[in-house]
Amino acid sequence: MAEKVLMKGNEAIAEAAIRAGCQCFFGYPITPQNELIEYMARELPKAGGTFLQCESEIGAINMVFGASSAGVRAMTSSSSPGISLKQEGISYIAGAQLPAVIVNIVRCGPGLGGILPSQSDYFQSTRSGGHGDYRLLVLAPNSVQELADLTVLAFEKADEYRNPVMILGDGILGQMMEPVVLPEVTSSKVDKPWATTGKGDRSQCNLVSSLFLNPEELEQHNLLLQSKYKKMKEQDTRWESYLTEDAEIIIVAYGSAARLSMAAVNMARQQGLKVGLIRPITLFPFPEQPIREAAEKGTPFLAVELSTGQMVEDVRLSVEGRSPVYFYGRCGGVVPDPKEILEQLILRLRSQEGLKKGTKGGAA
Amino acid sequence: MAMKVYSRPQSIVDMPFHYCPGCHHGLIHGLVAEAIDELEIAKKTVGVGPVGCGVFVYDYIDTDMIQASHGRAPAVATGVKRALPESIVFTYQGDGDLAAIGTSEIIHAAARGENITVIFVNNAIFGMTGGQTAPTTLVGQTTTTAPQGRLEEVEGAPIQVCEMLNTLQKPAMISRVSVHNPANIMKAKKRIKSAFQYQLEGRGFTFVEVLSSCPTNWRMSPLDALRFIDKKMSAYYPIQDFRMPEGGR
Repeated sequence: MAEKVLMKGNEAIAEAAIRAGCQCFFGYPITPQNELIEYMARELPKAGGTFLQCESEIGAINMVFGASSAGVRAMTSSSSPGISLKQEGISYIAGAQLPAVIVNIVRCGPGLGGILPSQSDYFQSTRSGGHGDYRLLVLAPNSVQELADLTVLAFEKADEYRNPVMILGDGILGQMMEPVVLPEVTSSKVDKPWATTGKGDRSQCNLVSSLFLNPEELEQHNLLLQSKYKKMKEQDTRWESYLTEDAEIIIVAYGSAARLSMAAVNMARQQGLKVGLIRPITLFPFPEQPIREAAEKGTPFLAVELSTGQMVEDVRLSVEGRSPVYFYGRCGGVVPDPKEILEQLILRLRSQEGLKKGTKGGAA
Repeated sequence: MAMKVYSRPQSIVDMPFHYCPGCHHGLIHGLVAEAIDELEIAKKTVGVGPVGCGVFVYDYIDTDMIQASHGRAPAVATGVKRALPESIVFTYQGDGDLAAIGTSEIIHAAARGENITVIFVNNAIFGMTGGQTAPTTLVGQTTTTAPQGRLEEVEGAPIQVCEMLNTLQKPAMISRVSVHNPANIMKAKKRIKSAFQYQLEGRGFTFVEVLSSCPTNWRMSPLDALRFIDKKMSAYYPIQDFRMPEGGR
C-alpha cells in the first residue's frame, strides 16, 4: 500500500492531511505556502471534503473554529504575517478546547519582512501567540517525509487533547522536493460527544464557548488546560539525538536548521571532532530531559537557528546554568552554510579548551 | 372555558433573562425560538452567538450553540454549515459585533450566498461595554464616546447594513423589521421564520435586521425608547423587505 512519490513539502502536508481525514480546509494565500492551499483546492473536494478560500486569515481560522465545533477534522495553513492574524482565533480554539491543525510555513519578519525561510516565529508558536494562558502542541518536521508523518500525528493529537496543534515548518521545507512515502488513509471517525452537531436525540444541548465570567470557574478551566499541557510534556515530547553519547559539544537545532547542523556535525566528525545534535521534534513541549542530562555532564551547547535567537532560551531554561550555551543564527532569510556552523563548532570547542586550561577564551 | 393562546416557546430555556428592563433581546430570542419550534428544526439547529449583550443567547435558546469571537460569527457559521450541510445554522449578532469589527465576515458570507440565517439586532449603540458609539449610531445621537452627539464630519454616516448587503448578488433574503410595537413584532416573527424556512429550502443567505431598543444606554425610559425607534431609527433605517427569494412566500 505504501507508495513513494516525489513531492514538494507543502503538497506532502496537504496530501497527508487528506489521508488523515481532514474534511474541511480553510485558507488564504500567502507565500511560501501557496502550494498547500492549491493542492487542497484541487484534491480535497475529490476526496469528499470542503475547500474554501476565505476572505482573510481571520475568516479562515474562524471557519476552522466552526467546522471543528461541528466535529470534523479541520485545518488551515498560512505563513508568518497570516499566522499573526489567526492568533485571536487560535486563542479561542484553545479556550474552547477544540481540535484543529494549523500549519505555519515560516517566512522572515517582522512586519511584511520577506518571503524567504526563517524560524523567527518560535516565540509566537511556543508561548501562546494569542491572548491568554494557553499552549499549542508544536511539531517541527525537518524533511518532506516528516511533514507528511507529523501532519497525520497532528490530527490525532489535536483530537486526543482537544487542543490546536501547530506544524511549524519554514520556506525551505515547504518548497523543497523529496521522495516521501505517503501515509495510508486513516479513519477520521473519532467520537466527539461534545460537538455542536445539532441536539439530535441528546437530552442536553452542547455548547462550545471560551467564556467563563465566574473567576473560580475560569480558574478551574485554566487549570484543566494546564493539566493537558502537563500530560503533553509527559507523553508527547519528541526529539532525535544524533551522536550525542561522546559529544564534547551538542548542537540544538530544529527543522531546516537541524538539517544544516546535521551536515555540520558530519563534517566535524570527519575531522575527528566529537560533536552531536539534539533535534527537538516537538517545540512545545520542549525536550528538556536530554538537554538537562547532557548539561549535567557539563557538555556545552550551541543553539543554531534561522533567527536572532529564540529557541536558545528554551535550551538555557533546560540547562539551568549547568553548562555553557552558545548561539549561532542567521536571519532575514539568510541561510547559513554548514561550513559556517562547523566554524562555530570549532570556535566553541576551542574556547572550551581555553576555559579548561584557565586561559581567557571566554563564553560568548 | 379558558384557552391557552400563548406560552413560552419550547426552544427557550425556562430561566430569567439577564437583559435590562425594556431591552428587546429577550423578545427577539423568543421570536427565533418560535420559528425554530414551528419549523421543528431544534434538533438539527446550531446557533452562533456574538460578543456583546447577546453573548448569552446560548443560555436561552435550547439548541446546540457556539460562542464566537467578536464579529466572526458568520465565519464560524460558515465552518459549521460546510462541515454539516444538513444542519440549520444561524448567527445572532448585535450591531457593534456585525457592523463594526465583523463587517468583513458578514459581507463575505453574504457574497458567498452561504446557506445560513443571520439575525442582526440593531440598537444603534454598543450595549455591553456601556453605550459607546456604534457604526449604526445615528447622527446627533449621544453616546459615551460621542458626548456631544455623533458628528457626521468626524465619525461619518451610520452604516445601513441591509442596503449595503443588498448591493451583493448572492443573498436570498434581506429584510429589516422592528419590534417596537405589536404589529411590527408580528411581522418580525414572520420574517424570521421565513429566513429559517428559506435556509431549510437551501435558498442561501438570509438576513433579518431587527431594530431594537437599548433604554439603559440611550438614557431613556423604555417607552421613550420605543418612540425613538418609531420616529428616529426607522426614518434612517427603513423597515422594509429589500429582497425576497424568487417564489418566496
